[in-house]
Amino acid sequence: MSMTLLNSITVFVLAVFIGIEIISKVPTMLHTPLMSGTNAIHGIVLVGAMLIAGSADSDLEKALAFVAVVFATINVVGGFLVTDRMLEMFKRKPSKPESE
Amino acid sequence: MTVLALSQTAINFTYLVAAVLLIVGIRRLSSPPTARSGNWIAAVGMGIAIFFTFLDEDITSYWLILVGMAIGTVIGAISARLVKMTAMPQMVALFNGVGGGAAALIAAAEFHRIAPAAGHLSGDSVGAMLFSALIGSISFSGSLVAFGKLQEVLPGRPITYTGQQIVNALLFVALLGLGVLAGSTEQGIWMVLLLLGALLFGVLLVLPIGGADMPVVISLLNAFTGLAAASAGFVLENTALIIGGTLVGASGTLLTVLMGRAMNRSIANVLFGAFGAAPAGGAAAAASTDGKSYREVTADDTAVMLAYAQRVVVVPGYGLAVAQAQHAVRELADLLEARGVDVKYAIHPVAGRMPGHMNVLLAEAQVPYPQLYDMDDINPEFPRTDVALVIGANDVTNPAARDNPESPLYGMPILNVDQAANVVILKRSMSPGFAGIDNDLFYEGNSAMLFGDAKSSVEKLVAAVKAA
Repeated sequence: MSMTLLNSITVFVLAVFIGIEIISKVPTMLHTPLMSGTNAIHGIVLVGAMLIAGSADSDLEKALAFVAVVFATINVVGGFLVTDRMLEMFKRKPSKPESE
Repeated sequence: MTVLALSQTAINFTYLVAAVLLIVGIRRLSSPPTARSGNWIAAVGMGIAIFFTFLDEDITSYWLILVGMAIGTVIGAISARLVKMTAMPQMVALFNGVGGGAAALIAAAEFHRIAPAAGHLSGDSVGAMLFSALIGSISFSGSLVAFGKLQEVLPGRPITYTGQQIVNALLFVALLGLGVLAGSTEQGIWMVLLLLGALLFGVLLVLPIGGADMPVVISLLNAFTGLAAASAGFVLENTALIIGGTLVGASGTLLTVLMGRAMNRSIANVLFGAFGAAPAGGAAAAASTDGKSYREVTADDTAVMLAYAQRVVVVPGYGLAVAQAQHAVRELADLLEARGVDVKYAIHPVAGRMPGHMNVLLAEAQVPYPQLYDMDDINPEFPRTDVALVIGANDVTNPAARDNPESPLYGMPILNVDQAANVVILKRSMSPGFAGIDNDLFYEGNSAMLFGDAKSSVEKLVAAVKAA
């Protein structure tokens, strides 16, 4: 096993713990926006699509990478905007928010 | 024509900044007052990662990326703007699906780039590549089926046939075999077959799941896509992808469990239970409903009941959302409050089509936040409630879930609407709810049906309360 792989695995394992830790106490009313928000975050796959698209040499790779860029961008842009639209609804509260 | 290439170290440093912003973003998304800013903080983190990736020295051609991003931005922004609040769950499913598709395509392109020189596939990355292709494809096709079910392009009811689980198990084993072949022979044909097989598996996995369970499925597929993105990160040795993808994979899995718990359903049960198909006891019970009788009530009678009540609990469901009746309901509640009636809203954890969906819809109609009660807070109130007004909610009020062990709903926590002195159910017809199960509540002695479109019924109630 290479050092790079070991580093990657280290990052992966730590990220698993963080991912679980940061949402362990979330009220039900936020489940949908949270799902939508995390949905936007896996749009980070766009970074991978860009790296492939920018270095592809064959036509097939270019085609695959191009579709990947389009898909991932839809995921990122649509995901964040839709989440914002949902959360915008929670903004108008009469006074102070109820304690959760 | 590399404009300005940053060193890999510098780029990785920007990825670290991006990762911190993503983590802070998700954390803030988990609490109501900070949620909106959390979303934007995560978006900024994402923007940083994307921007600095442009400066990666590996990227030698920009036009493919720029054109692709332009197209994706237009499609994503327009669909996010135009989608109705009621159709939000299937929109999330679509966005999730394309993310999974992107991860699978990355794996396929990378396989094609490396594989021609046989023996060059490094053992370190080949596993991740195959995993990304497999999970990404499953997430893609599964999300499309989930979209189809929620959009009612496909039947919401579970689609089952005998031996289904055996077929699925065999297909899964076959996929593992294809993965081994693709990894060991490095022949493109096996990769293509793996991708196609995984797409098929995604379809077969979601088809037998009923529409009512779709939120849990979407959440699970969301976690899948996160893991697919993370494994694409292993392939490309890219920390931003690994961190971003893993965060979603982990938090998405936990969120799926939390959602399942709110519906009293285990993930295994959701995936393999074919909930709502209910050919056995449930269907027999449904067939016998012809013999049961229900009572119909007019809007005027209901209005009088409401106007002279002390305590009214409104139970909103998806039907309210579809009819866009939330504004009319708020008007009715305002009128009643002006007459001194105590009005509360009972929000079942899965009211609407997703946990939290109903809160979003009512907030859109500017229903005061403190009037919204969770299931656990409102259930003790029902015995003291004069009128429970059920508007387009169905399965979440079915007493069979509490009382009838034969019912497919049995065990799901419900709103104890039947304990109120009077129950008025606003509904278009006697047809069963999303889970395809008849509701015993309609035949209770204290229940009465007010037929019609939710919006026009509520508007009639508003007019009648004004006159009362």
